[in-house]
Amino acid sequence: MSAMRRLLAITRLTLHETVRRRVLLAALLGGAAFLALFGFGLHAIAADAERNASRVGQVERRMVLTMFTLAGLYAVNFLMVMAAVLLPLDTLSGEISSGVMQTVAARPVRRAEILLGKWLGHWLTVAGYLALMAGGVLALARWLGPVTLPAVHLGLPLMLLEATVLVSLVLALGTRFGTVTIGVVAFGLYGLAFIGNWTEQIGAMVGNDTARRLGTAASLLVPTEAMWQLAAYHMQPPLMRELQMSPFSPASVPNAAMVAWAAGYALAAVLLGVASFRKRPL
Amino acid sequence: MTAPVIAVHGLRKRFGPTTAVADLSLTVGPGEVFGFLGPNGAGKTTALKMLLGLLGPTAGGGTVLGAPLGDRRARARIGFLPEHFRFPDWLSGRELLRFHGRLLGLPRRRLEARLDELLARVDLWDAADRKLREYSKGMLQRIGLAQALAGDPELVFLDEPTSGLDPIGRRLVRDIIRERRAAGTAVFLNSHLLGEVEVTCDRVVFLKQGRAVRELSLAAAPPSLRVELRLGAADAETLAGLARLGSGFTHRDGLASLEVADEEALPGIARWLVGRGVPLYELRAARKPLEAWFVEVMGDDQRPG
Repeated sequence: MSAMRRLLAITRLTLHETVRRRVLLAALLGGAAFLALFGFGLHAIAADAERNASRVGQVERRMVLTMFTLAGLYAVNFLMVMAAVLLPLDTLSGEISSGVMQTVAARPVRRAEILLGKWLGHWLTVAGYLALMAGGVLALARWLGPVTLPAVHLGLPLMLLEATVLVSLVLALGTRFGTVTIGVVAFGLYGLAFIGNWTEQIGAMVGNDTARRLGTAASLLVPTEAMWQLAAYHMQPPLMRELQMSPFSPASVPNAAMVAWAAGYALAAVLLGVASFRKRPL
Repeated sequence: MTAPVIAVHGLRKRFGPTTAVADLSLTVGPGEVFGFLGPNGAGKTTALKMLLGLLGPTAGGGTVLGAPLGDRRARARIGFLPEHFRFPDWLSGRELLRFHGRLLGLPRRRLEARLDELLARVDLWDAADRKLREYSKGMLQRIGLAQALAGDPELVFLDEPTSGLDPIGRRLVRDIIRERRAAGTAVFLNSHLLGEVEVTCDRVVFLKQGRAVRELSLAAAPPSLRVELRLGAADAETLAGLARLGSGFTHRDGLASLEVADEEALPGIARWLVGRGVPLYELRAARKPLEAWFVEVMGDDQRPG
């Protein structure tokens, strides 16, 4: 019980920090600007389709608006990835190098409680950010389109899983490496997964098995972009998927095993991080 | 004999090819103010981190507050102020102490009362709700001290607590150390400010290149007094008699000096000189300063660290 209390004291300090250092404010202002632009664009497209209702069919109109909404979520996905890497980037390495960690670790607190408390704080922040931004995009789409995406209840948790992998990875790296190194490694791995996924998609499209396998290997190494692909797959109408009408219609759909892999990946990263932090000289 | 608060044997720490602490064994009793002295780079901070469990020793071990080094439960009874400490500077002084109180598991109501007590004790009552980034160096040192005392510890580690403080701040630290000793807290003081150590510590250990090379008790009677005398004309017989009253007698240009066991010897010296009709202009006695010990123990081969 008291272990949980100590863990939550760390979590609370982490959340406090995002508020106090105006990270949250900056994210909210940036998010508001993004949503305003998205809403404005959506409104313009919807109005245009309305005016040309004679030439543009209902199905076509809905496809365009759905694609635009997916594009909005894709941008949210990028912003979320940035937040998931940048927010926890400095939290361990910075406090270790500045010496803040010494007074904390000298308290009757387990190293695991420190790491998990920080993990929870950053995870909550990123989850809240995703909920706000994706919620904003979906609400604007419904209001101004009006268009609703199917299976959002599957898509958003998959996006959150993507962020969870990154938060866990960054914290695990933070037990051993300096801030800049972690940033380079985390974004590098994300880029690898990104290009790997495109390799897989194009490989599937043209029927090149080598490219396809290469992409799957990259997704196993960092299962982030695969989660977005699967999320996008679920959040579009079946017709759009089958016709592969948009860049968000994957030619090669990640399967359930990849989801389990991503979840296990995040868990393993946290456990390895705890093991590494316990032995970390301070 | 009561159980020691620190009892370690053969502690050793290597970082790659360098040995920071070579072979350290020491015992600190409850309520003792213990000074750890040595030049920069002697291994003081490394030793202290091993006692706190922040660093694992390469070899050796022992107990702190009866528990193995780094034991989590024992840390609840330990306070620590690192040398180059840093705190999240976006917190206020009160918020910092509250965070540490929570990590200590203090119940909510007791915690708030304890915060007021601590803030008042280090004289930061009026600055409690200002951000740490607005604090001066001295204020930071004081909030750091309050942080170290937050859990009402049985053992406090202070790593160079007075460096960077003005004389008033130094006196506050000294007073707090005395208070804690009176309350039965053992204090482990790392310092190279010899004057500070001299007035606060019961016992000191000199550390040189990772080894404890000498131990000195300051609380017990001083080992010797150095007496200096300014005399008028004195004959050889008087000087020879004076030399017999102590040891290490020297005399030059009317200035004589010798070492005696304690203060009781001083009136005898004055009486002897006055009785022989020798004018006595000045008589001074001083304990051998710690600095003299330091130089003697460390040797002349020490370069400024």
